[in-house]
Amino acid sequence: MKLTRRQALSFSTGAIAFTLAGMRIGPALANAEDTSAAVQAFSGGAEPQSGMMTLKAPEIAENGNTVPVSVSVESPMTADDYVESVAIYAEGNPNPEVVVFNFTPMSGEASATTRMRLAKTQNVVAVAKTSTGKVYIDKREVKVTIGGCGG
Amino acid sequence: MATAKPRVKVPKSASAGEVITIKTLISHNMESGQRKDKEGNVIPRNIINKFECFFNGTPVFSCDIDPAISANPYFEFTAKVMEAGTFRFVWTGDDGKVYDTEKKIALD
Amino acid sequence: MNLIRKSMVVGGVIGLSLTMGLAAQADPDEDQLIIDGQEIVTEVTAAPDSPFETLYSGWRYRSDETQSLQADDFENPAFGAVDQAIEQFEVVEGAAGKSCASCHEGGAEEFAGLRAKLPRWNAEIGKPETLEHIINECRTERMQAEPWKWEAKAMLGMTALIGLQSRGMPVDVQTDGEMTPWFQKGKDLYYTRVGQLDMSCSNCHEDNSGNMIRADHLSQGQINGFPVYRLKWNGLGSIHRRFKGCMDNIRAKPYKRGSDEFVALELYVASRGQGLSVETPAVRN
Repeated sequence: MKLTRRQALSFSTGAIAFTLAGMRIGPALANAEDTSAAVQAFSGGAEPQSGMMTLKAPEIAENGNTVPVSVSVESPMTADDYVESVAIYAEGNPNPEVVVFNFTPMSGEASATTRMRLAKTQNVVAVAKTSTGKVYIDKREVKVTIGGCGG
Repeated sequence: MATAKPRVKVPKSASAGEVITIKTLISHNMESGQRKDKEGNVIPRNIINKFECFFNGTPVFSCDIDPAISANPYFEFTAKVMEAGTFRFVWTGDDGKVYDTEKKIALD
Repeated sequence: MNLIRKSMVVGGVIGLSLTMGLAAQADPDEDQLIIDGQEIVTEVTAAPDSPFETLYSGWRYRSDETQSLQADDFENPAFGAVDQAIEQFEVVEGAAGKSCASCHEGGAEEFAGLRAKLPRWNAEIGKPETLEHIINECRTERMQAEPWKWEAKAMLGMTALIGLQSRGMPVDVQTDGEMTPWFQKGKDLYYTRVGQLDMSCSNCHEDNSGNMIRADHLSQGQINGFPVYRLKWNGLGSIHRRFKGCMDNIRAKPYKRGSDEFVALELYVASRGQGLSVETPAVRN
């Protein structure tokens, strides 16, 4: 089999991206369609609004194994009107699901931080669902860099 | 096998109605189920799949966790404190293991 | 652009030097590391015989996100292992029926200052010894227990716990007297090109420190933060694991952990960081 330069390049970077995240095997990566299907299922089909939720993640992650990610939703967080949950998805991982944060009025604020694995440069999507049936969305691209000589 | 080790940071006290920040971290390698061992066999998935925080028995915050959460999972969140009491933190693993710890908080 | 892509594919010496040559100079940043109110010295004027004017901790080459993981002991993921080591310190093992605490009644705090001086000369065996050697000597001689493997979780946790007691103290290893031949041996290894890529430690960490090697920011290769929690490793790793990783990367046959070669190299590399604070357990990418 003869590889073109372009093929060789895509093979090698793909392999490196997998190694980075400790994910050496696996089926095809998730994609934007899988993610929007997951978002649909989570939101129950409601049209998501932007602007009420902030998703924070580094523009460039030094290593895909540990990428800090924060979400924060504007909400009164009262028994009548609070953010029930926020789901985070990664479009380019083997599976798009990352985590679902479940809040209560006792949370005080609808904000949370964790650290996630990203297999490669990709979009990260957060979707929030409130007790009053509103759905919010925010999206951010995170570039995952490839270390020196594979080290 | 070494047991997972939970760590929790909660302020010792707060004023009534104050929203405090809680930080938690548990030592766990979060085996994703996506890796193979040296012989080429898939290493079975074994992650912490659930984290919950209660205050005096009432749920405050929880997470449903997928393998895309990093090893040694870290969660930072908030809680509104209305009275003195005890926070309870529970992590549940795929292997059925449950890890828990408690922290008391006083009112100023 | 085409040139850069080609060099990534080739990945060899020529590719590497091209990438380095094209990359913009990116010096260490100006951030200050303060942990729990204690200032950690990450920049120090080098001694006259150093190849550098200023020594910088590897922390200064990392992104803000990675840096912040080390600036707070709670957020530093290495501290789970430190907590486990505090418990391990009390565990009785071996035929002598002892734990670490049986002899070291003051706890791990007794070892304040030790990490800054390592490797140190051991007159009994007539060789320098590392922290791993010291711990295993205690385990086999005093506890009559099995030695730990170099990269075992328990060993990494214990070296992190003992090293932490010296955090903030300046690296101060002996390089003269009995250490002279070991220092010289380590220096020779540092500057000797090896492997299929025909590279020495100095090619990256001296000639090109501050430059980008692809997307990675090359540091001076200081070891004052070991064992470090490396994001790539998802956990702690030893100095000798890092040495082995570098040798693998340049397609050389690595020496064994704990070998005379790596001990000599550890001594020499430690001496290149004289005056920097011990940062154990540091966090790197």
